[in-house]
Amino acid sequence: MATAVPTLGRGAAIGIRSVSKHYGGFAALSDVSLHIEPGEFMTFLGPSGSGKTTTLNLIAGFTDISGGHLDVGGKSVVGVPAHKRNIGVVFQHYALFPHMTVGGNVAYPLSLRRVPAAERTERVKRALEMVKMTDFAHRYPSELSGGQQQRVALARAIVFDPPLLLMDEPLGALDKKLREWLQLEIKRIHRELGTTFVYVTHDQEEALVLSDRIAVFNGGRVEQIGTGRQLYDEPATLFVGRFIGDSTVLRGAARSDGTGTALTIAGETVVTDKRLSGGGVPVMLIRPEKLRLQRRSATGAGDGLNRLAGRISEVIYLGSGSKYEVELADGSTAIVRSPLGDESFAIGDPVDLLFSPADAKLLADDRSADTTLT
Amino acid sequence: MTMSPFTRVLLGLCCLLVALWLVAPTLVVVPMSFNENKSLAFPPKGFTLDWYANFFSNPEWSSSLFNSLKVASLVAVAATVLGTLAAFGLDRMKSASAGWLRMILLTPMIVPGVVLGIGIYAVYLDTHLVGTLFGFVVAHTMLAIPFVLIAVSASLEVFDKRLELAAASLGAGRWTTFRTVTMPLIAPGILSGFLFAFVTSFDEIIVSLFITSPYLKTLPVQIYSSITRDADPTVAAVGTILFLATTLLIGLGLVLFGRERRT
Ligand SMILES: Nc1ncnc2c1ncn2[C@@H]1O[C@H](COP(=O)(O)OP(=O)(O)OP(=O)(O)O)[C@@H](O)[C@H]1O
Ligand SMILES: [Mg+2]
Repeated sequence: MATAVPTLGRGAAIGIRSVSKHYGGFAALSDVSLHIEPGEFMTFLGPSGSGKTTTLNLIAGFTDISGGHLDVGGKSVVGVPAHKRNIGVVFQHYALFPHMTVGGNVAYPLSLRRVPAAERTERVKRALEMVKMTDFAHRYPSELSGGQQQRVALARAIVFDPPLLLMDEPLGALDKKLREWLQLEIKRIHRELGTTFVYVTHDQEEALVLSDRIAVFNGGRVEQIGTGRQLYDEPATLFVGRFIGDSTVLRGAARSDGTGTALTIAGETVVTDKRLSGGGVPVMLIRPEKLRLQRRSATGAGDGLNRLAGRISEVIYLGSGSKYEVELADGSTAIVRSPLGDESFAIGDPVDLLFSPADAKLLADDRSADTTLT
Repeated sequence: MTMSPFTRVLLGLCCLLVALWLVAPTLVVVPMSFNENKSLAFPPKGFTLDWYANFFSNPEWSSSLFNSLKVASLVAVAATVLGTLAAFGLDRMKSASAGWLRMILLTPMIVPGVVLGIGIYAVYLDTHLVGTLFGFVVAHTMLAIPFVLIAVSASLEVFDKRLELAAASLGAGRWTTFRTVTMPLIAPGILSGFLFAFVTSFDEIIVSLFITSPYLKTLPVQIYSSITRDADPTVAAVGTILFLATTLLIGLGLVLFGRERRT
């Protein structure tokens, strides 16, 4: 867009150190620490009730922290009321003022800041251009669709040039097509503004599309912070591994020695070259593209590959390939993605599941990961 | 479900009877105000506008009208301010005692007017407030606050409090948020509370009879004393004027309310 002047590096850094939040005796957040770089696009990802909104509300100043430190732009904001923090917020439910037009809504933060009328008009126009809503300036919010309302809310939140923009599931109420398009719009606006964005979602695909880094929340704690790729390739916990992308989890009788770990599952044994550093019961996590299928054969796998017997239980055609669900001997389900051109299988086919020992990630078992995911 | 024609006619008839019953007193008063004889006879005879002329020229009547307007205006303002503040405070109170406080504030609506009248009269005698403007305003405000409280609370009930968080994030302090977001959105409730308060005071008679004096009579008191003294059809003229005025006022309120809702 020609009118937007890139002003990179105007974003504020956020420092959250050992922050906790209690509601009565209930700990909604416990000992959360994370640092957000200026201009970064950070996403809070996690299941319902994991504390994402709570963290966002603490940064916005809508609630007070129970303990810890909270800095925005290098200064502590503990005790600073929300209206003095100069932070833009976009809500899931839009929260546009129904008694003001689109133009009135967007001008509101500027009027509060006593911006002169001429400049105000100019900035409202620019903000509406940025979200492509210029033609709607005289409409009332009730005369707009959900997607249009959310774009106006976004314009209102950026028109006063806040160094930080918070968004709590802003696309949660919209349909998939619109959501995907607005994701790209938000990404573009982030690039053009250079503002720090903190985005909340429980949709991992959305998180991967948008973010520089993702903080994975679970049960009021941050499980891991990293780029989408880091979280996918090197999950720190079983929860993170299962929450980001598809995965197969193998559980069995474990044996560790100097060279690695072996897992015996319903009579078959698979090995990996890794060992669990901390305590806990080891389980293996394998990504779907690291698994290979072949017709059941009597001969061994060879090539030092692990082999597990199974039966195809579901076939999903993806266009670029196929996704198979394979029921293993112990009743668990493996997920396999095979590229176009590979041999295809039908439901009920007996198959062998092959994977390299190096491709299996070894993580400590966490049964809570099963329950919180569904 | 469809109704048989017989049921439909029966239902219509019932509705008509009830409606007639409800407006009958009004329908009696209006023709009586044009009665040529100096009596409150029904049905009236002849046609004259004398009683209307009397109402506006007789200082006893005009001063009582003026008193009523003065008291009702002051009461409407005071009750609207206090009732709105109370509704707002109760709405934001997290503690369980909010329910009790609300009940206490609503008691003037439940306690019989005679009981209130006796209590107020006893206190006013000692404090020399009988027959004073201040006394009337205080007593009527107490009676009017519950109506404002109910109207404003209903508006606050449907008001989306998350808009206040949005306003705060955009830089508005609490007072600015109230002025620019909350108040405009609950204005229909405040306005109808104001109208209710005005009307409550304007046609209040029971408590007024206790605290009135020959020097300060409100219109209802004047009507009452006039009708007990002689059967002056001026009363019917006043009634007709009041009927028209309130209809206009409430109609205006409804129109304003409707416009507010549409935006
Ligand atoms: N005002 C409150 N009083 C008591 N408990 C609360 C309050 N607000 C949040 N909680 C609790 O804190 C926990 C975290 O809530 P939070 O809203 O942060 O979850 P979330 O990650 O945003 O979930 P979602 O994806 O469903 O929005 C939840 O268990 C919730 O019940
Ligand atoms: Mg939430």
